[in-house]
Formats: sequence, C-alpha cells, structure tokens
Amino acid sequence: MQLNGARILLECLREQGVDTIFGYPGGTILNVYDEMYKMEGAFHHVLTAHEQGACHAADGYARATGKVGVCFATSGPGATNLVTGIATAYLDSSPIVAITCNVSTSLIGKDSFQEVDITGVTMPITKCNFLVRDVNNLADTVREAFAIARSGRPGPVLIDIAKDVTASMAEYEKMSMKSHGKSGHLGALMQRYDFKPPEPDMEDIQLLADMLRQSKRPFLICGGGVVRSRAHEAFRAFMRRVDAPVALTVMGAGAVPGDEPLVTGMIGMHGSQASNIAVDACDLLIAVGCRFSDRVALKPDTFAQHAKIVQIDIDRSEINKNVQTDHHIVGDARRVLELLTPLVPEMHHDEWKAEVFSHPTETYYEEHPGTLTPSQVLSSIVAQAPDDTIISTDVGQHQMWAIQHFHFDYPGQLLTSGGFGTMGFGLGAAIGAQTAFPDKKVVHITGDGSFRMNCNELATESYYKLPIITVIFDNRTLGMVRQWQNLIYGQRYSQTTLDRAPDFVKLADAYGLNGFRASNEAEFKEVFQKALNSDRGSVIDCMIDMDEKVRPMVGGGSHITDFMLN
Amino acid sequence: MNRHTLAVLVDNESGVLSRVARLFSGKGYNIESLAVGTTDNPAISRITIEVLADDKQLNLLTNQLRKLICVHSVKSLKPEHAIRRELMLIKVGSGDSVQRNEIIQIANIFRASIIDVSKASITLAVIGDETKTEAIQNLLAEFGILELVRTGMVALERGQYTIDEQTKMKGEFDYGKNVLRETDYEPFV
Repeated sequence: MQLNGARILLECLREQGVDTIFGYPGGTILNVYDEMYKMEGAFHHVLTAHEQGACHAADGYARATGKVGVCFATSGPGATNLVTGIATAYLDSSPIVAITCNVSTSLIGKDSFQEVDITGVTMPITKCNFLVRDVNNLADTVREAFAIARSGRPGPVLIDIAKDVTASMAEYEKMSMKSHGKSGHLGALMQRYDFKPPEPDMEDIQLLADMLRQSKRPFLICGGGVVRSRAHEAFRAFMRRVDAPVALTVMGAGAVPGDEPLVTGMIGMHGSQASNIAVDACDLLIAVGCRFSDRVALKPDTFAQHAKIVQIDIDRSEINKNVQTDHHIVGDARRVLELLTPLVPEMHHDEWKAEVFSHPTETYYEEHPGTLTPSQVLSSIVAQAPDDTIISTDVGQHQMWAIQHFHFDYPGQLLTSGGFGTMGFGLGAAIGAQTAFPDKKVVHITGDGSFRMNCNELATESYYKLPIITVIFDNRTLGMVRQWQNLIYGQRYSQTTLDRAPDFVKLADAYGLNGFRASNEAEFKEVFQKALNSDRGSVIDCMIDMDEKVRPMVGGGSHITDFMLN
Repeated sequence: MNRHTLAVLVDNESGVLSRVARLFSGKGYNIESLAVGTTDNPAISRITIEVLADDKQLNLLTNQLRKLICVHSVKSLKPEHAIRRELMLIKVGSGDSVQRNEIIQIANIFRASIIDVSKASITLAVIGDETKTEAIQNLLAEFGILELVRTGMVALERGQYTIDEQTKMKGEFDYGKNVLRETDYEPFV
C-alpha cells in the first residue's frame, strides 16, 4: 500500500498499540497532524501548553502504565523544549518515544528557520536516537525505536523526521509486533543485541543463595528496577522467605506495600534511621535494581562497610559503577528473584530484625497548634483519598515528605523525578497518569517553587476535564535549598525567598479550576474533601512555615549514619 | 592509570563516531589516539581508541560502550597479546646533500620509506608502535621537522582470537558469566 510518511508513522504507532499521544504541533510536523486529523478518532491526542509538559506527560503515562509513552513536537524550539523531559525519563529509565520533525532534507544544515540538530542535542540523554531522511526507512526506524525504548533497561528514544519525509510516498505493509524482529534493521540488530534481558547465570544465583544461608544479618535494598520490571510480586515473595528487612529507594516506592512489617523506610540522604543504621550494620546487602546513586550511597567507600554487597541489575554497566560489589547477577529483577527464591530456605532473623526495628522507620514531625504542617496535610490525604490514589510529585522538600508519609502499594503509584530531580515534572506526569487512568484519583503534590515552573499545564488539566488535585506546600521559599542554606551555608538565604505572585487560588480560578487555600488542618480536610468530590481539577494552596525541615538528613558525601538532623 | 587500547566494531553510519567519542568526553576521559576505518564488511567500521584509565575505569568505559546500539563489539587489547601499529608521515627540512644523506641513512635504519623529496625537504613514512615513531622523530628533530602527522594507533590481537563475540576469548569483562555466552535470540514480546 502506498502511503505518505506521516501516515506510515501513525500506522506504525498503531502497530505498537499506541492510543494516546501528548504533543504540540508546529510548522514541520504539520503533515503528521494533518494525517492524524484525517484519521479522526484513531488516537487520543492531548494538546499540552508547552512541549515540556507533553514530554513529562508521556513519561508519567509510561511510569503509571508500564507501556511506552509517546510525545510529538515540532522542530527547533519545540524539540529543545523536550530536552528536560527526555533527560528526566533517561535518568529514571522510563520508556518514551519522542517524535520530532525537522526541516526538509534540502534545508538541513543550513540554519533554516526552526532548525536544530536535535539528535546531536539528545545524544547523551537517549538510549538511541534517529534522524530519518528517507521515507523508505521510516517504518523500520519506528519499529526499532519502540523495541529499544522498552527492551532491557527501558529509556527514552527520539526519532527526528525531516518534513519532506512525512510527505513522500512509500510502500507500507502492516506488520504485527511479533514479526518486527524478523525484518529490516531491527532484525539485524536482534542478531547481536540483547533485546531480551540476559538469562541469569544459575551458578551466580546458587552462590547468592549460599551467601544468604551463611548470613545472620541480611538486608535488602529495593530500587527502581523492581518497579520498572514489575517484579514486585517476586520481590515480596523473596523478602518474606528470607525474612530480611528492606529499605526502599525513592524509585523503589510501590514495589513493597508501605505497611509491610519488613520495610525500614527510605534509605539515603533523607533515609530513616532504621534504614541507614541497618545498611551500616548488616553482613549481607542485596540491592535489587538499584544503582547506588549518590543520594543513596552518600559515601561509596564506607557504604555497607561490614557487608558483602550483592548487586542485581539488568544493566551490566551499573555493576561496580558507584559501589564496589562482592557479587553481582546481571539479569531482569523478576527473573533473577523467581530463580533465586526457591533456592533459599524459609528463614527467620528475629534477633536482627529486633535490632533494626529498634530504630525509627518513620520520622515524627511535631505539630504546632493553629498552623498547618506538611505532616497534617499528608496524613489527611492518606486518610481521605482512596488507597489506590496515584501520587505525582515535583522536587524538593514536599517530595521527601510525600514519600515518607504515603504507603505506596503498587508499582506506578508514585510518579517522581528521582534521578534528574526535575522541578516542574509533577503536573505533566499527573496529566499523563490521569489520562491513562481516568477512574483513579491523581494527587499532585508540589511546592510553590516547583509549581510555578510549569503551572501553565493547568490549561491542559482544565480543557481535558482531568480531576487532578494539586496540593501546593506553599512556604514562600525554595524549601530544600533554604534547608541547606540554613544548615550548611550559615543561614544566608540567597535568592531562595519566593515572596511573590501569583495568588494560586486566583490562578486556579483563571484556568477554570477549583482554587482553595488552607491555613490549618481542619480547613485542609474540608477543602480536600471538596476537591475529591469535584469532577474538575483543584488547586489547594497550603500555607506552611518556611522553616519546616525534612528529617532525618545526612549531608552529601557523609557516612550514612552521620545524621545532620535526626 | 595505564594506556589502554580498545577495539570497537560499529555500524558504518553517520553520527556513530560522535556517539563513541562523546561517551569518552562525557565520562571525563581524553582520547589519546583514535583511528577509524571500514572493515572487510563495508557496513561495519572498526574504531581503535587509546585512553588513559585504570582497570576499573576501563571496565566501566567498556560496558558503557557496549550499551550503545551502534556498537557491535568491544575488546580491550592487552599490549602483550596485541600488535599495534601506526603510520607517521614526517616532513623534514634538508638544507644540503650531507643532511639529505644523513636523513636517508636514518630512514634506512628505521625501514622508513621516502615518499617525497624536494630541494629543501624530504618526507618519510614510518610504520610502527610509538617507541619506533618517537625514536625516529627525535632523531629527525635536529634537521627541523616541517610537518608531522600520525594516523592513530590501529591494533589486532595475536593468534586466532578475534573481536567477534563468537570467537572472542571468554572471560573478558565477565560480569555474570551469562554475558558472553551464546544465546538464542528469540523475537521479543
């Protein structure tokens, strides 16, 4: 069948089962949008206010569903506006395919209007990227891009298509996903590239089982890999069988139910005392799908210094990258754990558990009568919102408080930028998740600093009638930076005070959303309930004290039990 | 920090060299020497890179390289198991016939070939590893080097082993023994 490039692109998206696209049109991507118009109803296209919002939405969609998220942008500024979103997805291994159109092949390289070498720009932040100059390669490239994005350790892939390619005609034949790997460049690639995770080595797994038998104080870290490969069932079975305490990284939230008695809470810079002390005292540390980032292994040399460290990761290049391990298994978390669990006997570590759980797993925050504290806000949300509520966050104090307070029960319940720390991620991600799950509640926790960055997406929330509830921890400061300035920089609050517009309640109103303000717990409970009952989106401006701190805290580069704040 | 030689098989496509080179600069390593050319298969190029790194850093670099989709195979060539050569062209000033004869003598001793002669210059081509090229360079320095160019080091492993995954010496970068095992590539999904 002879089709134009734009139609071939959209047909290839249908082959992949894509039904939702987040994007923003422009000059060079016109042909694609024109073809989409003709295919009325084939895709649910969400038009965002800004390309960055589209990219975060595709990312949030991918994190919440486990499917590949798709976003569209035009050339030049449209493409560069995706960059922060792509980097966010890259650092958190979230599978998205970003499709941009570039100027026509005859204009490429001539500094044409809205031209940018986006494949060059995104080289360090994509698993792979492509510039399509020939319509005959288009279908092949799209199939390859999706395969790469979701295979192995997932991640973003960018396809840049020259405008004339979207207009040129080529032969297209519909192909099922099963046969994609048998033809074209992808077929050749599959001869040498591991699209399937490497089958874990049984000797390596047996060795780990033996190490577990000899261990008296085993400790587990559950990382984002468990969430990405949806290995939560396997992890829970393993954890209960070995009866070992488990710490969660930020990205691991949701892998283990939050009220599970074996969980010691978050680990690292703002980790619980139980987690940080246990990792220092254990004799065997098994980290699953965790790359020992500098926010977890603050000081790699002394991290788990009394333990044999075992790393289970799908990405070979993560092994020994940040922390030197004693043993490692390369493979998909779920597969490794499924093979490992039957090899270990039912264990009991009561003495060790008693020692670990003698330290607090949660932070107790003091309540000041008459004022609103983050703890009150979050506890109220926990009490009032349904259990399966999806939580998205921005970055800063509110992010840490949210992760400390919520009990995430399933993978994809928490959407947060852990690796890249992107302020302004949360609203886009919430839009992605709410689009994927219209029947679930989505609560977007943010700070006034983060929210101001991408609050233009309230327009998207409003237009598509997404009942997202945005809860702003409004302390009129960049709280986390202020906390550092308070503790480390001699209370010199340089450029962190945000005593400025807008009035978030009026802003919400301007966008056609519910705007509420809460200054004490009772007010918050009341307006949050109103927001829950409303079928349109809400913004709740919570007035909190600017000197509320995230506790505990260990300074960057310090030994993990050297708490700066308890 | 030692000087390591990495051989990398890559797709012969535009942008591949910049992907590979970027990885080194992105991780904070300087490429000491670089040579690129097609192989017997025109779709595949071979890049030889020399880099200063310790063994741990080398492992990390190699694993990062292997993650690039355009990279087919990576091998670290140990000096004791590899033949390394580079071609150096060197243009030397030759004022009179005495000097010219001296230069020709040096060229003969090093088995360098004389590829161009003019009234005031001689251009030599030397093939060897850095000990040889540096030695002749030092000797010729006193005549005045007008211009000098090196191709960058190329290297092959000694013996029957090759860079191809199937015939590669087992045990290299052996993270999880499964890594280099031949597996059946089933279609995914």
